[in-house]
Amino acid sequence: MPDGTTSAAVPRTVPPHRVAGSLRSLLLDLRASPRRGIPAGQAAKEMVHVTATPVLALRGVSKRFGAVQALTDVELEVHSGEVVALVGDNGAGKSTLVKTIAGVHPIDDGVIEWEGRPVSITRPHDAQTLGIATVYQDLALCDNIDVVGNLFLGRELRSWGVLNEVEMERRSRELLTTLSIRIPSVRIPIASLSGGQRQTVAIARSMLGEPKLVILDEPTAALGVEQTAQVLDLVERLRERGLAVLLISHNMADVKAVADKVAVLRLGSNNGVFDVASTSQEEIIAAITGATDNAVTRRQSRTVEVQK
Amino acid sequence: MSTENTSPSAGQAATSLDKAPAPVDAPAAADGAVTAVDPRLLVREQGFGGYLAEFKRKIRAGDLGSIPVVLGLLIICVVFQSLNSNFLSAENLSNISVAMVGTGMIATGIVFVLLLGEIDLSVGSVSGVSGALFAVLSVTHGVNDWLALVIAIAGGALIGAIHGFFFARIGAPAFAVTLAGLLFWLGFMLQLLGDSGTINLPADSVVAKLTTYYFTDVAAAYGLALVAVVVFFVTSFLDSRRREAAGVPSRPLSEIVLRTAVLAVVAFAAAIMFNQYKGLPLALVIFLAVLVITDFVLRRTTYGRKIFALGGSVEASRRAGINVTLIRISVYSIAGTFAAVGGLFIASKIAAANQGAGTGDLLMNAIAAAVIGGTSLFGGRGRTWNALLGVMVITSIQYGLALQGIATPIVYMITGGVLLATVVIDSITRKTQKTAGRA
Repeated sequence: MPDGTTSAAVPRTVPPHRVAGSLRSLLLDLRASPRRGIPAGQAAKEMVHVTATPVLALRGVSKRFGAVQALTDVELEVHSGEVVALVGDNGAGKSTLVKTIAGVHPIDDGVIEWEGRPVSITRPHDAQTLGIATVYQDLALCDNIDVVGNLFLGRELRSWGVLNEVEMERRSRELLTTLSIRIPSVRIPIASLSGGQRQTVAIARSMLGEPKLVILDEPTAALGVEQTAQVLDLVERLRERGLAVLLISHNMADVKAVADKVAVLRLGSNNGVFDVASTSQEEIIAAITGATDNAVTRRQSRTVEVQK
Repeated sequence: MSTENTSPSAGQAATSLDKAPAPVDAPAAADGAVTAVDPRLLVREQGFGGYLAEFKRKIRAGDLGSIPVVLGLLIICVVFQSLNSNFLSAENLSNISVAMVGTGMIATGIVFVLLLGEIDLSVGSVSGVSGALFAVLSVTHGVNDWLALVIAIAGGALIGAIHGFFFARIGAPAFAVTLAGLLFWLGFMLQLLGDSGTINLPADSVVAKLTTYYFTDVAAAYGLALVAVVVFFVTSFLDSRRREAAGVPSRPLSEIVLRTAVLAVVAFAAAIMFNQYKGLPLALVIFLAVLVITDFVLRRTTYGRKIFALGGSVEASRRAGINVTLIRISVYSIAGTFAAVGGLFIASKIAAANQGAGTGDLLMNAIAAAVIGGTSLFGGRGRTWNALLGVMVITSIQYGLALQGIATPIVYMITGGVLLATVVIDSITRKTQKTAGRA
């Protein structure tokens, strides 16, 4: 099984000024880095290694539904300021994996580590308390309520028991401006918004709980070109704000555009973690479909073992 | 996983990152993005012009609100007044405003249930049970009137909660549960009344006074109108000022003045009218107070927001941490409570609890009133004020036709026609709203 990251893990020296700088300046630095002769792949690797302890780490996570072994010994790490794309064919276990992290399905085996210490996530509430926000594929918004109401649904601001609409509206505008989300008005019902705008509102809503990890389940699945661009912009802004993002997508173009790492699931287990910048789309697709698992590669891996 | 080979220097970077606060705004990311405003975005201008433009746009988009029902009321007034000059007399209007309260109370409860996108068919029977319960306790067993009143209303709340339990907790369809309730509570009421079938309420009982008491002092009606206008203006004005201070769009003063003026005209016209007859009816005061309170609960409290959320999307509400079961049970309990209150007003109007209470067209009138007033049958859209407008339409038609000496069959047919027209308007505006992207 080829592991894209191992091939990319070239010895590197980290310039001191870059280590001292904040992630944000580092990111801006990296944007301009190709000019300074640093290979794009290496630049991306540095980004990955900025934080030592991953925000979220799955160690040997397994999940079984009756006779189906949905997940087998899955490993996954997500760091702050990093977008990890989770890809895989239908039925590869992506949604199950996300649901184990979000607390919908508790894991059977393995360890979930949050900021380095093992935690147990058995309810959605546990995940929320830790700082995991999940934006599901089918939007969890109420069509008849306006944008402000939806953003604060379930955590309304009150003063003397009465909804503090003014403060909620002010904070909504602030949040939407910060994320550069543009919608006609925060006082129109969600029904009036386009699919892309709704998706951005749903993502913005997840930000209100000040999470450390945002899980996006196919955020661009039903969106057009412009709307997809909006959502991808938003994903980049989340990363710039130092959040860890776990992005589930079927769209390789989206993954290549925003992700730093790609974790491939195949038949419920890991099939490699790739560095986006240094891996070709074909390699990733090969890992997803299992095209790499053929006679030739098996023989190669055997020869490697024999050589050892 | 190659991420394990992290160097100590990278770890240092992580700590420095943790200390650095996340940027509150993202100017780098936002540049070019915020400045370019999509020309298609409809931005409401400040000031009165903006208000008018927004209003016109809403109408075109099919967001008619209360306009059809207000127009309908005007048409009813014109038609019946041309047929019989007594229709707009102070006596007739005053009688209408007292007679509508019973059905109006029930309709208020129905608005809550309709906001969930559900239905309660049992409210008619529950109102009958409440009237019978009060009469039996107060007249037959000599229980204190106030205690009997509280027991009757609490009984309605309990009955509603039982319906809600079977719907929300057991998962039975609300339609079937409340249909069963319609039959069961009708039988329960007949059982309560026993062989006699009718229990007359003495004129001095608390319930009888509900519809017979009038504030005869002219100051009462004018005072209430004045208080309503002043409170409305002050709250609107303060709200607008608070919004201005917070830097969010606020209503222009001209709009507030216009709204206050409209309210003042309606309120004082009603006050003059009431004072020409017996004075301000107690029943109407209670009804208006209930409407103000329920409207406040629905639009300004977390509880009301949860009801609207459930009417919009149950799944979204659940994910937002709303206790769906509890809200549903409580809403059915509210519907039962208002059904009981309405039942007491109806018993008061005829000064008796009889076997016919809560049967006939009462249930249909209550649901029709809520719908005619503009509450959507599809959930998530409506206000309790809709119950007032709707019940005014229905009661006006009944009284107008009675003045003409037109028999009950025709009344039923006309009320049915009005209900159909309303639902047609609701459906058409929903379609327009869909094409205008507002549904």
